[in-house]
Amino acid sequence: MKDEDIVERISKNPKFMQFVRMRNNYAIVLSILMIIVYFGYIGLIAFDKSFLAIKIGAGYVTSIGIPMGIGVLVFTIVITAIYVRRANNEFDAIKDEIVREASK
Amino acid sequence: MIKAKHILGGIAALLAAGTALAAGPDIGQVVKQETNWTAIVMFAIFVGVTLWITKWAATKTKTAADFYTAGGGITGFQNGLAIAGDYMSAASFLGISGLVFASGFDGLIFSIGWLVGWPVITFLMAERLRNLGKFTFADVAGYRFDAGPIRSFAACGSLTVVAFYLIAQMVGAGQLIQLLFGLDYTVAVIMVGVIMMTYVLFGGMTATTWVQIIKACMLLVGATFMAGAVMFQFGFSPEAMFAKAVEVHAKHDAIMSPGTFITDPISAISVGMALMFGTAGLPHILMRFFTVPSAKEARKSVAWATTWIGYFYILTFIIGFGAITNLIPNPMDYFVGGDLAKGLKGGGNMPAVHLARAVGGDVFMGFISAVAFATILAVVAGLTLSGASAVSHDLYASVWRHGNVDSATELRVSRITTVCLGIFAVSLGIVFQKQNVAFMVMLAFAVACSANFPVLFMSVLWKDCTTKGAVAGGTVGLISSVALTIMSPAVWEASLGHPKGSALFPYASSAIFSMTAAFLVIWIVSLLDRSAQAAKERALFPAQLIRSETGVGSSSASGH
Repeated sequence: MKDEDIVERISKNPKFMQFVRMRNNYAIVLSILMIIVYFGYIGLIAFDKSFLAIKIGAGYVTSIGIPMGIGVLVFTIVITAIYVRRANNEFDAIKDEIVREASK
Repeated sequence: MIKAKHILGGIAALLAAGTALAAGPDIGQVVKQETNWTAIVMFAIFVGVTLWITKWAATKTKTAADFYTAGGGITGFQNGLAIAGDYMSAASFLGISGLVFASGFDGLIFSIGWLVGWPVITFLMAERLRNLGKFTFADVAGYRFDAGPIRSFAACGSLTVVAFYLIAQMVGAGQLIQLLFGLDYTVAVIMVGVIMMTYVLFGGMTATTWVQIIKACMLLVGATFMAGAVMFQFGFSPEAMFAKAVEVHAKHDAIMSPGTFITDPISAISVGMALMFGTAGLPHILMRFFTVPSAKEARKSVAWATTWIGYFYILTFIIGFGAITNLIPNPMDYFVGGDLAKGLKGGGNMPAVHLARAVGGDVFMGFISAVAFATILAVVAGLTLSGASAVSHDLYASVWRHGNVDSATELRVSRITTVCLGIFAVSLGIVFQKQNVAFMVMLAFAVACSANFPVLFMSVLWKDCTTKGAVAGGTVGLISSVALTIMSPAVWEASLGHPKGSALFPYASSAIFSMTAAFLVIWIVSLLDRSAQAAKERALFPAQLIRSETGVGSSSASGH
């Protein structure tokens, strides 16, 4: 079957738009989460430096800004991994199913 | 004003991906060092191995598809390492660890900025790029748009970013080699140009990818060893390391909190935007998504790339603090005239290199120096390849010949362009030797986030976007980002030497204005566009959507 026909059939399948909407919502929610975390941190640097300078405990030298900063790095890695895992398993399975139906 | 100079110097330094030595106020301290034979031998081994790989890659580079995308046969894991290799520049390594050494906490701010663009690329771009594109990011924007204008624009955007980035890398390379190897600046720049051209000309994307993979592994191993050695000294207790650093550092407890790098909120947010969205508009990074066989592998690539880059930034932070605790107590060995006040031997970007010697002796320092040089080679090779593809695939094959060109001719044009770009990079590298080129990387990021990114984003995700809108908005983003960056204090005052306070644009980055302007113009012009062409383009959106979401009909990238 030609690609054009498959595309035509997919466009008529309501499951496709539902799938696109679901995945886009997920991607947008995660993007917003990332933007909040990052610009939240940048916002603290811009507006409230003294908060980041607070020590993690009495007698400690380490300020909370450091574990928080490392936390943002780790969060970035983890959120990417979470998306990729879900996309490569769940999303691809749904997508393959839609394409398979259209190719029949 | 001294404070302001500091802020801008700092931001310029931090944005200077690849221009480690052009970064900040240390430029004047670049002095040719004694010839370092250990480093040269290690580097010669690296070049030998990579040239041998290039010879092998050359046998596999027969079509334009092989040249641009290594035939699409790179796995997600390999591509992730290669992306990391493209992205972990000498500035990330030497520049950020140097900043941590100088100011502690502040180094972390920019590591974070450089990493946070990756999830956004993963969630919104990676898969769609892979499904819609073939060789260049213009393929993606050009899927339903009028090829002539959109590809001409995309090629301009790509070449602008590539040119600024390339010059910055070349000047950085010359200075770095002068410092680390004790070779003459001109010799160093020509050497980088020749080796880079050899990789790209004969081995195309296959050789470039493997150079990046090898370099990424060397850099990760070297940095892991250094950070591990530092943590070992403190019984793997960060608190103990920070305590010692605060005790010996001249700024004492100030290194534990954000300092003066970002003061006004608009600059903070603007720099944040440039770093976050600029990454999604760098042509040499976008091109890497076409080297993998499927959307699944494209996603795996970014997941691995983000992991390696993030891990690497954590290491550079430890390395910076390790340099504080290891170098400052031994001023005789590492500081000019044994005097802390006179600064580190070789300048402010040397902490990582000196620390390498402190924890691993001369041989390990040679290794780290060779890695730093290999880093620049890998980055310039990737940049040149993406510049060559913009000219041969977008301008020559698509715009000028309307796609009626065989693979062999297109391949020949890419090779000719590679040579031209190589000569261009070497010549300008020599011309700009004495200039502070840190701003050129700022320009590259500003253009990437204000011109390339909005066009790519809107063309893929917004159904009403038209050619006219995309080209108009992209052009506004391109011109405004270049103009505002040149009028900003970091360029106008620090680089062009105009008096303090004369800069017309007061902020550290143009992104908040130029990127917003680009999106607005794309939106307004597209809405107003009632032409027949626009109607045709909107009608093509559903088909584009299906292909971008499912990959049906997408280029297998395996060529012909």
